[in-house]
Amino acid sequence: MSATVSPIREPLIQGKKSYHDITVDLTRSTEQAPSKTWWIAFLISVSLLMFMIFCIIWTIWFGIGTWDLNRTIGWGWDITNFVWWVGIGHAGTLISAILLLFRQKWRTGVNRAAEAMTIFAVMCAGLFPVIHMGRIWLAIFIFPYPNTRGTLWPNFNSPLLWDVFAISTYFTVSVLFWYAGLVPDFATVRDRATGLRKKVYNFLCFGWTGAAKHWQRWEALSLVLAGIATPLVLSVHTIVSFDFATSIIPGWHTTIFPPYFVAGAIFSGFAMVLTLMLIARKVLNLEEYITLGHIESMNKVILATGTIVGVAYLTELFIAWYSGYVYEQFAFFNRALGPYYWSYFGMMFCNVISPQFFWFKKIRRSVWFTFLLSIVINIGMWFERFVIIATTLARDYLPSSWSYYVPTWVEVGIFIGTLGLFFTCFLLFTRVAPVVAIAEIKSILKVAGDQYVGVNTEHHKQVVEDFKKADSEGKAYAADHHNQESH
Amino acid sequence: MRKFNKEIVFGLYDDETDLLKAVKTANADHLDIYNVYTPFPVHGLDPLLGLEESRLHIAGFIYGLIGFLTAFLGMTWVFTKDWPIIFGGKPYWSVPAFIPITFELTVLFASVGMTITFYVINGLGFGVTNPILHDRITDDKFCIAFDTHEVSEGTAQSFFEATGASLVDIKNI
Repeated sequence: MSATVSPIREPLIQGKKSYHDITVDLTRSTEQAPSKTWWIAFLISVSLLMFMIFCIIWTIWFGIGTWDLNRTIGWGWDITNFVWWVGIGHAGTLISAILLLFRQKWRTGVNRAAEAMTIFAVMCAGLFPVIHMGRIWLAIFIFPYPNTRGTLWPNFNSPLLWDVFAISTYFTVSVLFWYAGLVPDFATVRDRATGLRKKVYNFLCFGWTGAAKHWQRWEALSLVLAGIATPLVLSVHTIVSFDFATSIIPGWHTTIFPPYFVAGAIFSGFAMVLTLMLIARKVLNLEEYITLGHIESMNKVILATGTIVGVAYLTELFIAWYSGYVYEQFAFFNRALGPYYWSYFGMMFCNVISPQFFWFKKIRRSVWFTFLLSIVINIGMWFERFVIIATTLARDYLPSSWSYYVPTWVEVGIFIGTLGLFFTCFLLFTRVAPVVAIAEIKSILKVAGDQYVGVNTEHHKQVVEDFKKADSEGKAYAADHHNQESH
Repeated sequence: MRKFNKEIVFGLYDDETDLLKAVKTANADHLDIYNVYTPFPVHGLDPLLGLEESRLHIAGFIYGLIGFLTAFLGMTWVFTKDWPIIFGGKPYWSVPAFIPITFELTVLFASVGMTITFYVINGLGFGVTNPILHDRITDDKFCIAFDTHEVSEGTAQSFFEATGASLVDIKNI
C-alpha cells in the first residue's frame, strides 16, 4: 500500500498510531468527564443563548420596531447576520463533499467538525429571516401547502422563496450526510461502552455492524451525496446572492454576485473552521490528527478564495465606473466615502489585504498567526455583508429618503446570542460525538500515517541522493566528453 | 426475544492485509463465507466476496427524477392552471425562474430517498439492535464469519489457524 504514495507527501496522522490508538484517542472526548475549561465555555455560551432568547421574545412582543430599522434601511444586522452565517456553513460542505470528490485525504481530519459547524451555522442563519418576518406565527405561509385562502400559493418566481427551498434543502442534506458519517463512529463508541451508555449509543448508531455489504453501500451513499451536495452548496449562496442581484438597487443589481458570494462564503467558512479547530485540537489533544499540514492546506484555500473575493471587489469598482451609469457609480463612491466608510475600509483590510499574508509558508504554518487572521477574516466577511446591505440602502435614489442606521441592543443581542447558540451546539457535539471521523481516519492510516509515509521519506532521500550522484557523474562525463571533442 | 437460529464461528485478524489474504484462501478452499465485518471500508474486499456494485445510485437517480418532476410540474400547474398571476409582465410559464426550486427539490428528494433506502435495505434504524460478534470489530479487528451449517466448526478452526487469525470464537445469533 505505502509504496503507491508519493514519498514527498506529508503524513496526515502523526505519532505512529495503530488502529486501536486511533479509536482510543478519538473516542476520549466522549468518554471523559468534561474539563473545567469546557464548563466555563459552556456556561458562557448558554448565557449568551439565553440572552438571545430574551431578545427574540422582546422582538416578537414589541415588534420589529425595536431594531430601529426604517423605511429606507429595511435590512440591517438581521440579514447581514443571515448571509454571514450561511456563508460560514459553506466550508463544511466544501470539505466534506467537494474535497471528497477531489480525493483530498486531509479532509478526513476536519470534515466531521466542519460538517457539524455547517449545521449549527445554518441553524443560526435560518433564525434571522424567520424572526424578521415580524409575525413569526405566520411563518408557515412561506411553504406551499393547500390552504383555506384559495389555495393561494407563494410566489415561486421570488428569490426570497428560492431561499426558503435552498436553505431548508441545504440543512436537510447536511444533516443526512453528517449523520451517515457518524453512524459507524457511534457504533465504535457503543462497543466500548457499558450499561445505559451502550443502549444510548446503540440507538444512535442504528444497530451498525460493520458488514462488508453495509460498508460498500455506505461508500456509495457518501459518494453520491457528495456529488449532489457539491452543486447544492454552490447553489445555496448563489440563491442567497439572488436576493440582492435580482433587485433594482444600484450596487446589488450585478451579475458578478453569485460567484463572488460563493467564494466569499468558502473564504469565511474556512476562517471559522480554523478558529474552531485550532482551539479544539489544543483542548482535545488532536494535534496528531489535525496537523500543521491540515492547517496549511486550509490556509491555501483561504488565500485562493480571499484573492477571488479581492478581485471581485476591484471588478465591481471597475465595472461601476466603466458602466457610465451614475447611480451605480454613486453606490460605490458612497460605499467607500459615504457615512459607513469605516465598514468599507474594514472590509477591504480584512478580506483583501490580510489573506495575502498566507503567501508565506511560515505564516501558513504558524498556529497563532492563523488563529489571529481567521478572526480578522470572520470580522471582515461580516463587514462585507454589512457594506452590501446597510450602506447601499442608506443612500437610495431619492436624497429625501437618505438615512442612517445604528442597531439597537436587541439586534446586537440576537447576533451575539447566535454565537452563543453556535458554540453551545458545538460544545455539546464535542461531548457526544467523536470530533474527528474515526472510520475515515483509519481508512487513510496506511497511506498517510507517519510510520508508513516515513518509510517512503527514507526512500525518497535515497532516490534524491542517487539522482544527485548520477547527475554529477553525468556532468563529469559530459565535461570529459566536451573536453575530448574540443581537443 | 430474539431467536438464536444461527451458530457463527468467527476469527479476528489484526490487519486488513491478513484479512484479504484469508478471504482469498477461503475462496480457493471453497469455504462459504457468511459475512465479513471491518472497522472501516476495506478496498479490494468486495470483488473477493463476490459483492456486486451497489445500485443505490440508481435509486438516487429515480428519487431525484421524482423531485424534479414534482417541482417543475407543480409550479407549472400552479402558475398556468390553478392560479395564474402575472409577475412583472413575465409569461405565466416562466421556466428560468423555476430552475432554482426545481434543482433544490431534485437534490432534496434524491438525498432523502437515498438515505432512507440505505438504512432500510441495510436493516438499520432507530431502535434496531443487531447481533455483534465481537466488541473490537468496530475498533481494530477484521472479522471473517462462517455459518456452522455451511462450514463445519473443525474446518473453520483449522482455516483460521492456517491464515493467522488472532482470536477464534463461536457465537449464536
